[in-house]
Formats: sequence, C-alpha cells, structure tokens
Amino acid sequence: MSHQTTEASPPAAQPDLAVEFLDRRTPVDRARQALHKYPALSPGIVIILAIIVFGLLNPRFFYANNLSLVSQQVAVVGTLAIAQTLVILTAGIDLSVGAIMVLASMVMAQLASHNGVPAPIALLLGLVVALAAGALNGILVTRLKLPPFIVTLGTLSIFIALTLLYSNSASVTGQDIPGLITGTGNTFKIGGVNFTYGVVMMLLLYIVMAFILNSTAWGRHVYTVGDDKEAARLSGIRVNRVLMSVYVAAGAIIAVGSWIQIGRADAASPNAGTDINLDTITAVVIGGTSLFGGRGNIWGSLLGALIVGVFRNGLALAGLDVLYQTLAVGVLIIVAVSVDQWIRKVRK
Amino acid sequence: MTTANILGPESPAQTRQPVLQARNLVKTYGRVVGLDGVSLELYPGEVLAIIGDNGAGKSTLVKCLTGAEVPDQGEILLDGQTVRFRRPQDAHEAGIETVYQSLAVSPALDVASNLYLGRERRKAGILGSVFRMMDKKGMRKEAEEGLRNLGISTLQDVTVPVENLSGGQRQAVAVARAAAFGSKVVVLDEPTAALGVRESNQVLQLVRTLRERGIPVILISHNMPHVFEVADRIHIQRLGKCAGTITPQSHTMTEAVAIMTGARKVDEKGA
Repeated sequence: MSHQTTEASPPAAQPDLAVEFLDRRTPVDRARQALHKYPALSPGIVIILAIIVFGLLNPRFFYANNLSLVSQQVAVVGTLAIAQTLVILTAGIDLSVGAIMVLASMVMAQLASHNGVPAPIALLLGLVVALAAGALNGILVTRLKLPPFIVTLGTLSIFIALTLLYSNSASVTGQDIPGLITGTGNTFKIGGVNFTYGVVMMLLLYIVMAFILNSTAWGRHVYTVGDDKEAARLSGIRVNRVLMSVYVAAGAIIAVGSWIQIGRADAASPNAGTDINLDTITAVVIGGTSLFGGRGNIWGSLLGALIVGVFRNGLALAGLDVLYQTLAVGVLIIVAVSVDQWIRKVRK
Repeated sequence: MTTANILGPESPAQTRQPVLQARNLVKTYGRVVGLDGVSLELYPGEVLAIIGDNGAGKSTLVKCLTGAEVPDQGEILLDGQTVRFRRPQDAHEAGIETVYQSLAVSPALDVASNLYLGRERRKAGILGSVFRMMDKKGMRKEAEEGLRNLGISTLQDVTVPVENLSGGQRQAVAVARAAAFGSKVVVLDEPTAALGVRESNQVLQLVRTLRERGIPVILISHNMPHVFEVADRIHIQRLGKCAGTITPQSHTMTEAVAIMTGARKVDEKGA
C-alpha cells in the first residue's frame, strides 16, 4: 500500500524534469545532439560543401573523367578504411593495413606470374596470407594483451620486410599478371562516367559491412567492446573472441583491397602503398568514428575517404601545389578530432 | 529473543527449500583468509542483506556466489543441487544475475540494447538464421514490457542511449536487466552507493518489486538505513566469518553496527 504512493510520485515528477531539460537546450546543443546521434552527419555536410566549392572554383571538377578519377583514387583507401573502422571501433588501431595489403598483393601477383598458379588460386592464397596476418595481430592483441598500436607498429615492419624478402624488392608489371587479377581496374560506363570494378567491390563491401555492424549481434558487440570492455565482459560477451574476429575480418577486407590495388596500379609493387595506413586512419577519423572506440558509422569512413580524395583533386584542379593538399588534409584531421571531442561533451 | 526464533517453527522459511545455499565456504589469498567457513541461505522471495566492515569478507563471499572467485572449500547449492562456478558466465547461466557496482552497461547503446546485451535475439526465419539479423523491434517491445512490469516509470523511451540517463536510471537499467531474464537470484552490489535520495528510493522500490515477484535478492550495502528498510534478514560478516544473521525487527541499527565491529555478540540483548 505504501508502494502505491511512492510509485505514483515519479511519473508526476518526470514531465517537469523533461520540460526543464528541453527548455535549456540552445540551437547549438541541438546541433551537437544531432551530430552525436548520427556520426556520419558532419562528414556528409563537409563533402557536400567541398563539392560545391570545388565545382565553383573549377567547372572541370564535374567532368566525367574527373569524377571517374576521384572514385578510382578513393577505391583502395576506401576499402582499407573498412578494415580500419572495424579495428578503431574496438578502441584499437591498425598501423599494418597498408603493409598487409602490399604483402597480399605481392603474393597474388607473384604466384600468378612467376609460379604459374591459376589466378583464382593465387587470389585465394593472397587472401589466406592476409587472414594469417590479421590473425597474428589478433593473437598478439588478445593473448599477449599488448596495445594494438604497439602490435601493429611491430607487424607493420615485419610485413614490409617479409614483402621485400618474398619479392626480392621487385615489382610485377600488369602484362605478366592474369586478367582476372588486374580486372578490378577495368571500367564500365554509367551516365558517361567510367567506374572500375574495384569501385563496385568497395561499395559492395561497405553495404555488407554496414548491414553486419547495424543488424547483427556481432556488430553490436564490436561497438560494446570498444565502448566499455569491462561492461562487455560482465554482460557475457567474449571480448577476446570479438577482438580476434575483428582482426581476422580486417585481414579479409584488406585482401580485397590488395586485389583492387593491383587493378588500379596495373602492377604489384612492394614499395607502393605501405604508408596508406595513415590515409585510412585519416578517412576513418574524418568520417566521425571516434579513436576512443565504440562510436562511429561505417558510411562515415567512405565519406572520409571521399573527402580526402575530393580535397586533393579539387585543390589540384584549383591550381594549388601538392603540398597545400597535404596541408589541407592535416587541417581536416585536427578539425575532425576537435569536432569529435566537442560532440562527446553532450550532457556530461 | 535470539536468532533461533527468527527461523523458528512458525516461520514459513524453515519449511521451504533455500534457493541458494552456501556451506562452509573457505577462501584464502596466500596467507590472508578471506572467508573462514561461511554458510548462508537465501529463501524464495526474500531480501537478504549482507553487511560487514571493509575486509570482513563481504565481497569475497559475493564473488564466490557469483562465480567471480572459486572457493577453496565448501559447497554452493542452487535449488538443492550442488553447483560449481568457475567463471561469472557459469553463475549467469545458472540463473544468478549480478548487478555490479560498475553497472556493466554500455554507455553508447540505448536502453533496449543494453537490456539484451550479450543475449541479443535474432529474427525468425532465414533473416535470423542465415543473415543473423537481430530482432530489434521485438527486443524493444519486450524491453518496454519488462520495464513496465518492474514498475520502472522513469524510463519512458527505450531508444535513449544510456549515457544520457541519470545515475538512478542507469541503475534501473542494470537491475531490470538482471531481473528480466527469468533469473533465480539477483545480487545487487552497493546499488545505492552513488545515488541521491530520490534515486535511492527508486532503487529500493525496485528491490521490493523483485521480492513481490518472488525473485530473491542478495543486497550488499554499507548504507544501514537502506538495509533496514528493505531487508528481510541481515547476514553480518566479521573477520571472514558470519557474525550472525539478524532481522530488522530483532535488532536495531546500532546493534547491527556493534555486531559488525565486534563490540557485541548477536544473542546478547540490550545494553
């Protein structure tokens, strides 16, 4: 009977509280709350503004050839950014994505050209190597409990060295590689714009990964592990298993990136793209995914990769030196992380 | 009156089987004795508080019951069956739900997602079995229902991220999660420690609701007024042993504290 009275009081008090809370919100607060809820919103706004500005600066920006070029430039970074997003969502970081990509691409190209392995098998073996590389990162992170930064900094050097040892520091040119492997660079036309199959593969990967992250329990666990590891463990989530699967999945995605890279360059070079890891981190961060884990959206990373591509391309078309492109990307990163910090201050 | 009367022949508790029972638990850490032969019974539909000074073995006892520690000796019985918990997951699966002081909620996820964290439900048909799609709508609906059943009126919207909630609301989410899945026992570790007066009352109300629904609760708390407000029986730990089990009717708060600190024994009466 005494419960009745206590039970009745909270609902009466609650609306007042809500009204008070609503009244205190300024438009800035509202904007911040919206950005907090939809992490891909701010990169979305940036890309639209960038496209408008660069289009006004130089109408050639909208030419079919140029749009095709931007999409191709983005394909490899965009693909690896998917792997990077997965790792960063768990509050980790993967410095070895570029090195794994180069290693797997050399395996694919060299097996198919020098060793006469059929193209599909060569691709498959490249995938196996990338999976093993991802698994190595995963084991070191989960078993030896080393910070992902240190683990992947180490494996970055290891994979680069393995690549150079395996390939004798020699590139494989496109005409020596079977058409299936270089085919990711082939184009088809949509509305006058040439798209490569590599771009399509990247988009498909985004669609699949967006579904997995948003709609499956595994996706939710990836976020939770990055958000609060201890809470995840106490909720019965096997944290190490999730982390391990993330690094292995990253390996698989990187293997697709290797395939796209061979098509894009029409060659496999042991020296190209080892520093692409920084570009993928840039794309993920600009895309609104928090480096502290647990927060972000996979589509943001695609937007992030596009923003970098559009900035570089647009600034080049505007006649600015390449150094200014690099400068602009640096500013973008700082701004993106500042915005992330600001957004996180919601109701603290 | 002595403690013997509390569970005397007229008490219904005596005739019922304990849901959870610990017999002579011993746990040592090197040369430090954490638990020195502690027994405990938890009966259906009761709130059993465990109090004790720091280092009295309170948390060790609870850790043994919830699988976070494995006792060196003694046994634990759930519904009369001997159980062995090697990790928290074991106790969890056996039906012992623990609400930790740290709450174990994921701040960025919404209320419904947190209630189902670690046991997400999949959609029916191939969408669930092949594509592993979660049944978000169903989980939301049942989360709302579960919260309503527990009389939690402060959480109207289950799609709000937990980080936007107050301390009391977060506690409510954690307790609701513990109670929502047909659990046999709910263990609450210091549930009111970080809360204000109004929020504490809401949590205590929640404890009463659990009792009304027949779910026995083990409540660990430093807060004597809260303990005396909701507990049916109070297990007092002192120096790794059970100094006695009292009820809010048999003893006063001052007496309980005196037993806790060793100033008096359970069956001494008056002062």
